[in-house]
Amino acid sequence: MTVEDQHPDPPQAAPSAAAAAGAGPRAGEDTRATPPSAVRPTGDLERYAGLFSQRTRVMKSSAMRDLMALTERPEVISLAGGLADTTLFPAEDLAKVLSHMAAADSARALQYAPTEGMAEIRPCLAEVMAAEGTIVDPDEILVTTGGQQVIDLVCKTLVDAGDVVVAEAPTYPGAVPTFSAYEADLVQVEMDEHGMRIDVLEETLDRLEAEGRRPKFIYTIPTFQNPGGVTMSLERRRRLVQIAQERQILVLEDNPYGLLRYEGEPLPTLYSLDGGRFVIYAGTLSKILSPGIRVGWALAPAPVRQKMVIGKAGSDLNSSSLSQLFVAYYFRERDWRDYVDQQAAVYRARRDVMLEALTRHMPEGTTWTKPQGGLFVWLTLPDYLDTTDLLARALQHDVAFVPGRGAFLDGRGGNSMRINFSGVGEDDIREGISRIGSVIAEQLELYASIAGTARPRGGSTRQGSSEPRPAAGSPDPAIVPLRTAGRRRGQG
Amino acid sequence: MRVAVLQGGRSLERQVSLQSGQRVEESLRRLGHEVHGVDIDHELVRRLVALRPDVAFVALHGEDGEDGTVQELLEVLGVPYTGSGPGACEQCWDKVVAKRVLATAGVATPDAVSVSSSAFKQLGAADALGRVGERLGYPLVVKPSRQGSALGLRMVRRAEDAPGALVAALSYDDRVLLERHVDGHDLSISILDGTALPIVEVQPRDLDPYSARYTIGQTTFTCPAELEPATASAAEALALRAFHALGCRGFARVDLLVDRSTGALTVIEVDAVPGLTHTSYLPVAAEAAGIDFDALVDRLIGLALRPEAPAATT
Repeated sequence: MTVEDQHPDPPQAAPSAAAAAGAGPRAGEDTRATPPSAVRPTGDLERYAGLFSQRTRVMKSSAMRDLMALTERPEVISLAGGLADTTLFPAEDLAKVLSHMAAADSARALQYAPTEGMAEIRPCLAEVMAAEGTIVDPDEILVTTGGQQVIDLVCKTLVDAGDVVVAEAPTYPGAVPTFSAYEADLVQVEMDEHGMRIDVLEETLDRLEAEGRRPKFIYTIPTFQNPGGVTMSLERRRRLVQIAQERQILVLEDNPYGLLRYEGEPLPTLYSLDGGRFVIYAGTLSKILSPGIRVGWALAPAPVRQKMVIGKAGSDLNSSSLSQLFVAYYFRERDWRDYVDQQAAVYRARRDVMLEALTRHMPEGTTWTKPQGGLFVWLTLPDYLDTTDLLARALQHDVAFVPGRGAFLDGRGGNSMRINFSGVGEDDIREGISRIGSVIAEQLELYASIAGTARPRGGSTRQGSSEPRPAAGSPDPAIVPLRTAGRRRGQG
Repeated sequence: MRVAVLQGGRSLERQVSLQSGQRVEESLRRLGHEVHGVDIDHELVRRLVALRPDVAFVALHGEDGEDGTVQELLEVLGVPYTGSGPGACEQCWDKVVAKRVLATAGVATPDAVSVSSSAFKQLGAADALGRVGERLGYPLVVKPSRQGSALGLRMVRRAEDAPGALVAALSYDDRVLLERHVDGHDLSISILDGTALPIVEVQPRDLDPYSARYTIGQTTFTCPAELEPATASAAEALALRAFHALGCRGFARVDLLVDRSTGALTVIEVDAVPGLTHTSYLPVAAEAAGIDFDALVDRLIGLALRPEAPAATT
């Protein structure tokens, strides 16, 4: 739950205390049991709220979500996005490919398509997977409406209310509402610089088993995790697949960023290590071609896939025919790798700028991950600062990030934030990080002045570290993702 | 009649305001008015001058809209508008100022201490926190002086949690209140045209106050609240006194607490620009009085046009 226990009047305490204190003005004590007669909801509440399903109770307004809406103001440097930079896509390519498609295939582009996906697009998607060393039969691919739909369909297929889903801590914030909507009981397993802690996972699975609860699946983004920015090591990948096979638990491998690698050797997907027995694979073209076309795909063991197809038919019959055909034409007429390489070069430079800016501007006591690819850095502050409140302050300085609490369902993450380096230019990254650094420094200083500590406390800080900030392309595989920042400029 | 519905803006409560604004717009259209939604920005004055509305409906929340800034501009432009004038808005918006005004008028509020960030940075105010804790007792409530929707509000149960809560509250405003926590029933009394509407008792069902306030079904409203007649009339009288003390006009919402053990009444805040979302308290109270939302919006427009009585006809 993304809630804070801070309301002055905790609701669960209220009724019993009221009854016990006898302060309630009501005379008859058993009226307590029948409050509905006394409740007079207003028109709209009565009309709609009474019809809502149990599931929607967990779909709530949150201050964080409402604050996020403000990050879209044009004057705000938003490091809150998770977007591919679509300005990089050549407009004339789009125009040409679309016009060829329209001229040759308009009737089919405008028609329904099979729920499983159109025949032409499957080899394209298989080709994308092959580029990461995962060889699949194109016929087994289920085309979906973005990778997001895979998460939804897997939940729809597997999760009953109260079922356990295991995920990383933090996990993809966009998956949290999906898990919630299916009333999954999300159990989150912490990560370090090598991804999900498999030892903790095993302890967690043992504990769940002892409690008689069997998780339905383990959701993971092993490569350039969102929002953590870390990558699961090969050893842990092997172990995770082994655990899934031994315990007969499914793994949902979400891999949106695998091809956006800026340094280091590519690692095999869980799917390829497992051979598709217990791993469900979620792919997407959002970071390869365009998020706007909403094309993703899934590979799953046949019985699971069949259920997912039926589930998909109920959701949207088929993913956009127009988009699928466009992808097929695009792959035929252009080399899709060129665009991926072009994006990767831009994002890699932006990542380097961001890491350099973090070193320069982050005050003592802050730590951050150093991703080898993907789009995100995960920044952690001393535990007494709250990044949702900090966002309110940051917005006054026209800069935004994603507060960490949205990446947890258990209330953790309050002192972390996700910052994105793919969506804005290098100058904006420098300026944005500088502003965030100032706001954090100001809050740390304020805290120190209130708590009476001479200086902000925090993690161990290293000044003039002997370990140079690794340049892009550094062979160091770990890159000390949770490294502590150097000193702020002007202080050292 | 041509109505400009002012909403949005760049306040932290933008989304809440847009909800109020949308609901009001729909209602005004049903009432047959010519409706113009205005998302306030640096074009505001130019747009209002060009639009020349008969009346502006202020559906703003947060700074600019609630602190009297926009009302001041509307005065200058000679556009009649719903709700209170700049002075009352300013006093209500700043909880520290409101507390002083209410105290002067003999309206009880929970004991509180206000501190600014500079007091901590420059004057060593931290050294006084121990005394503040002794005086107010724990738990105590920390909140920004000028911020709505319970943003930045924290309950502090132990002295060692105070610094974190203060830094959080100071993220929203440079001045914060440390307030005695009253264990009691939350009451909300809406004043409409000089009279109190039925009292709403609010029981949040969510630990997160923001979620409780703006998610349908996350708060239980009891309206009219089940109170002894004496308590109810005392609460109404207190609400009206608070309304007048702060110089409110037309309508406002007064939030009170009834102490669970002593039954004592205190005013928590007066909202000069109350929310009109689907989960806001004013529409709930109006409905209990037999005034549906359209009728309420109609009344608020009527009140806006009444004082100076421009020759407007619907």
